Amino acid sequence: MRTALVETPIDIAAITAEVGRSSNGATLVFIGTVRDVNDGRPVSAMEYTTYRSMAARELNDIVREASQRFGTTDIVVEHRLGALELGEASVAIAVAHPHRGPAYDASRFVIEQLKARVPIWKLEHYIDGTREWVGAGSGKGEAGSGVTAGEVR
Amino acid sequence: MTVTVLLFASYADALGMRSMAIDFAPGATVRDVISHVRALPGAERLPVQPLVAVNETYAKADRLLNAGDEVAIIPPVAGG
Repeated sequence: MRTALVETPIDIAAITAEVGRSSNGATLVFIGTVRDVNDGRPVSAMEYTTYRSMAARELNDIVREASQRFGTTDIVVEHRLGALELGEASVAIAVAHPHRGPAYDASRFVIEQLKARVPIWKLEHYIDGTREWVGAGSGKGEAGSGVTAGEVR
Repeated sequence: MTVTVLLFASYADALGMRSMAIDFAPGATVRDVISHVRALPGAERLPVQPLVAVNETYAKADRLLNAGDEVAIIPPVAGG
């Protein structure tokens, strides 16, 4: 198991090889990429920031939970930080398991937990020159209100 | 006692700072920190009950604080 927050492009082939072993019959790689449109607005680039020490801890916790839940230690997660261009991989999750079912389940678990818990934020740059924090909304009382750690988990 | 408050992303932009040290009387909770920060200029866009982490772990509003705690106010996360 390994997790990393990285400033350079994710090497998909390397993390795929890292989880591969002959006892595993299934290897899955999920790649999240920077999309060219969000909520109908054309996007030109993306910038990721984090609360690094906490994000590293949360990522490790998620992978440990996935390992216990789905029965494999062959899980590697890397998340990019900084400025990314369209189409670049922002996150990659490699999972290998003797069987495909738990591999798919573990991969899905890791990305859903990551999106709910890991303190990473993205600043979207739009074609028209404006920028906006994704999910920040426009006023008070939106996402995040009243949510506690217990509910997030 | 002094606690360190960390701000990120949209909240850091709104308040124009990434961290601050605030003095509280013993017995202060996460709720007291939120009240203090929400009264600052630019804090209008902070929700009434934002996500908060104390020493890198998500915490509830009634969590008691100790001197030296690091209290992070967490905007809606958007990783992936």
